Amino acid sequence: MLPILELRDLRTHFPMERGLLFRQRTGTVKAVDGVSLSLARGEVLGLVGESGCGKSTLARTIMGLAPATSGSVWLEGVNITATPATGEARRALQMVFQDPYASLNPRLSVGDALAEPLRVHRLRPAAEITARVAELAALVGIPARSLDKYPHEFSGGQRQRIAIARALALEPRIIVADEPVSALDVSIQAQILNLLAKLVRELGLSLVFIAHDLSVVKHLSDRVAVMYLGRIVELGSAADVIERPQHPYTRALVSAAPRPDPDGERARQRIVLAGDPPSPLNPPPGCPFHPRCAYALDTCKTTVPALAPHAGRDVSCLRAAEIG
Amino acid sequence: MPLLDVSELRTRFHTRSGVFRAVENVSFTLERGATLGLVGESGSGKSVTCASLLRLLPSPPARIEGNYARFDGLDLLRATDAELRAIRGKRIGMIFQDPMTSLNPYLRISEQLIEPLLIHEKISRRDALARALAMLESVGINDAARRLHAYPHEFSGGMRQRVMIAMALIARPELLIADEPTTALDVTVQAQILELIKKLQRELGMAVIFISHDLGVVSGLCDRVMVMYAGRIVETADVRTLFRSPQHPYTRALQRSIPALQAKGAELYTLPGLPPDLSKPIDGCAFAERCEFATAACRTGESPALLASAPGHAHACLRLQAGEILNR
Repeated sequence: MLPILELRDLRTHFPMERGLLFRQRTGTVKAVDGVSLSLARGEVLGLVGESGCGKSTLARTIMGLAPATSGSVWLEGVNITATPATGEARRALQMVFQDPYASLNPRLSVGDALAEPLRVHRLRPAAEITARVAELAALVGIPARSLDKYPHEFSGGQRQRIAIARALALEPRIIVADEPVSALDVSIQAQILNLLAKLVRELGLSLVFIAHDLSVVKHLSDRVAVMYLGRIVELGSAADVIERPQHPYTRALVSAAPRPDPDGERARQRIVLAGDPPSPLNPPPGCPFHPRCAYALDTCKTTVPALAPHAGRDVSCLRAAEIG
Repeated sequence: MPLLDVSELRTRFHTRSGVFRAVENVSFTLERGATLGLVGESGSGKSVTCASLLRLLPSPPARIEGNYARFDGLDLLRATDAELRAIRGKRIGMIFQDPMTSLNPYLRISEQLIEPLLIHEKISRRDALARALAMLESVGINDAARRLHAYPHEFSGGMRQRVMIAMALIARPELLIADEPTTALDVTVQAQILELIKKLQRELGMAVIFISHDLGVVSGLCDRVMVMYAGRIVETADVRTLFRSPQHPYTRALQRSIPALQAKGAELYTLPGLPPDLSKPIDGCAFAERCEFATAACRTGESPALLASAPGHAHACLRLQAGEILNR
């Protein structure tokens, strides 16, 4: 079956420039550097990686908020990078942002914020808008009597629900959620995760779910992609990638994530990576992970590994088979 | 004698919109060399408790009361400014959550690192700089000799947090208060920082109060854990007991809402409602409004006392204490 969303060798590079009058190009930030992915109908794809790995830029490129340098984004078989995004593509793809304090207009009541996309896209006749807004609010668990309130009157968790309702207003087929629970306390985080799972189940949505908390990603996702310096280093089922990681970076990431298990935490050997993640401005040659990798050989410094099948998932590591 | 012995600490903020009871009757002790985890959600009073102990809150609006908070015998609540100055940065070190706002952007790292030494110890500038260099190396900053005289903006987030740790530890404190020291960091950097705190704790024999909302981080680092809700301690136990058999309904609810402890894709437990408004007096148990076990008795009278149910394990739940709800 045709994937609902497909990324083909997508690259998003940002020029670094200096000077006001005579601008000089001083380098290129390769935020997304050759990502190919596909998303099935009703699938949840988790995207993990550390700050600066390019996961947010990838989300913005999918949405058309950041221009792709090369490569393409296909929505149900249509290349939406080739032509300026039409109303239809905009509707099918919606985004939920990390900070619900910043992503809602403080001067619009919640009811107006939910009605606005319906009016802009002429999805409902004026007479039906109120009813549709109430329906959207009910879907995410916001009481109808709160629709006259403004964003500052809501808690963080409720605001994130409103942001999700606004994304749902246009009846999208895909939602891209960029760290939607990272700013929330654990008990509120649980509410939003339950809500996203319910929406995927009941509305048949596909979800690209970006987070840095591996336990959250594993809980919600069918498949997981791990990014490092603009590339995908491992891609497979959530259980495979997070419980039996293969790429040395994924292993380190999983091993570094603290687990709420006192005995397990004390018993296990942690792989502690040296140094900080390198900057995407000057990525190292060869495998981007080689300077921090315990398994790196000389060939890793010169050869860029391709994402290739290994142990039931895709891994981009020259030594994947040897490491075992 | 414990290193720190706190009894009935209360912190209130007197503001125009009312009196906020941020910390209500918090009592605990901490032995030398031990690690105490302080967990709870935003606004539960974790940071205010620690800032109150060091009297870092501006007064007004803050008003700090209580029986006592003895640090090695000295009551911090009644200590003079001079006595406090002799303790802060020397015998008690503190790491704050946000390294960018806690470092002075106009001063070189070297100046900020040696400041506590120049204030608290009879030491020459040259010797202080040598100690600063050794400290930077031990917190894992590569090329420390060159980095020593850099400015904060020249460091990455993880490096700045290491500089903060070096600043807190350079005077070899007996107690380190770490307020969410790894929350802003990526997991691989977080793992480095946690290993570092453990290593330095072993070397210096210092006690640590570790504030975090992340139960995973606390489970690996701490000996004992206190769970706070609405400015009160609702449960305290050694870390294994707290994770294996949590008692208080709030602690249980927290545990059931963490994806890491549930089956994949399972519905997570969610607490109904919101934390209480701390600007109004609360009758009875602060958690009663959101508790699945609460009865009318839970909503009246004094806040339930923190009582031991087993040696080293205490909780503040009336119904558990009366044996009305089952301990698992």
